[in-house]
Amino acid sequence: MITKRIIPCLDVKDGRVVKGVNFLGLSDVSSPVELAKYYSDNGADELVFYDITASSEGRALFTDILCEVAKTIFIPLTVGGGINSVSDFDRVLKCGADKVSVNSGAIKNPSLIYEAAKLYGDQCVVISADVKRVDGVFRVFAKGGRENTGLEAVEWIKRCVGNGAGEVVLNSIDTDGVKGGFDIEMLDAVCNSVNVPVIASGGAGGIDHFTQLFKSLPKVDAGLAASIFHFGEVKIPDLKAELAKNNIPVRI
Amino acid sequence: MIAIIDYGVGNLFSLKSSFAAIGVQAVVTGNKAEIENADKIILPGVGAFGDAAEKLRRTGLDKVVINCAQKGTPILGICLGMQLLFEKSYEYGEHEGLGLIKGEIRPITDVIPKELKVPHIGWNALDFCGKQSPIFKYLKNGDFVYFVHSFYGANCEESVIATSEYGSPLTAAVAKGNVFGCQFHPEKSGNVGLSILKAFCEVEVLS
Repeated sequence: MITKRIIPCLDVKDGRVVKGVNFLGLSDVSSPVELAKYYSDNGADELVFYDITASSEGRALFTDILCEVAKTIFIPLTVGGGINSVSDFDRVLKCGADKVSVNSGAIKNPSLIYEAAKLYGDQCVVISADVKRVDGVFRVFAKGGRENTGLEAVEWIKRCVGNGAGEVVLNSIDTDGVKGGFDIEMLDAVCNSVNVPVIASGGAGGIDHFTQLFKSLPKVDAGLAASIFHFGEVKIPDLKAELAKNNIPVRI
Repeated sequence: MIAIIDYGVGNLFSLKSSFAAIGVQAVVTGNKAEIENADKIILPGVGAFGDAAEKLRRTGLDKVVINCAQKGTPILGICLGMQLLFEKSYEYGEHEGLGLIKGEIRPITDVIPKELKVPHIGWNALDFCGKQSPIFKYLKNGDFVYFVHSFYGANCEESVIATSEYGSPLTAAVAKGNVFGCQFHPEKSGNVGLSILKAFCEVEVLS
């Protein structure tokens, strides 16, 4: 049976990992290459690199680093951040990325997903949506969660999948950073309306939250988190051992 | 020297890096002489079967692969590359393959329950079905590898060396003499995948 995936997400700015990272045994905790290797050697099923650089110099640096990472680790690699065109897809895929995640770029240009899926296959295109409740309705936010697009989230995600997105990362702004658990209600709504893998993001504060996620929503394929892994609050081998104990299929 | 065949399908960066990681010299090439003289051959591929088969034919590399297979050069097809080794495929029409492995490529929806997602994507366990293969000599039954596919090898019982359970046992790897194929991606399957590539590099050439 296919296993549930555990995915650390690394935010990279100007070629360095941002957000504090707290690992013993790493000489350079903000080196994307060293961190990627650490996670790959310690049970991560996949990695997400998110480029939060604003400048074009920073973007070129990111691309160089990405090539280095892809040479070093041999698990699937998803890249997001600043993907606005098919040529952005091309740029990161040539560096060894396996999947490319689009967010604001798809909102600005709704045909981007269709064009990319046609060129690289559905499995390569990930729609990442930042979603927040506004007056009881799930709304899609753009620009890193700062701008309400007015789009209803479930409809938007269905449309993206219809255009060829092969996977969904659902990031709940409501639970993000709160460390009170994943947004089960929001995830349930999305899982029930698409038939592609759904990755839960936002809210993981401890091992129990992953157990709760996969137990209450068997349709969810993966759990993504950043700080709890980076700060060593949750170690992936411990997390997977606990999931296995709860009869949730994981790769150990 | 390992030749990774470049016929304009897919990204070969990770595959090339994988051989570097296990200390084996590999070259990405579409040059016939270079492929014919290689000790081992990798046939990669992503995308649609019909398009890839056509590209192989147009470049004349289909005959090169078949000749090398006949003279005993170990060949490993990966993902779509494995599917191309089969006789034919029913992916969007009917297309002829290289015919090195008996059987055909059919949609996984033929055999998996409706509620399962397509493609079959993620880490799944290998079941060697009691068989032994030199490419799995460093593995144990149940090791995990990474899959991304919507079509699978059917009617190939005699060549199957591993399956993976996805509502139904799907063909995960095949072998016939010196010709091997993996439906999964060894270059994305961590240390397990690298050890498969290493074992393939150590396969003895049949004479």
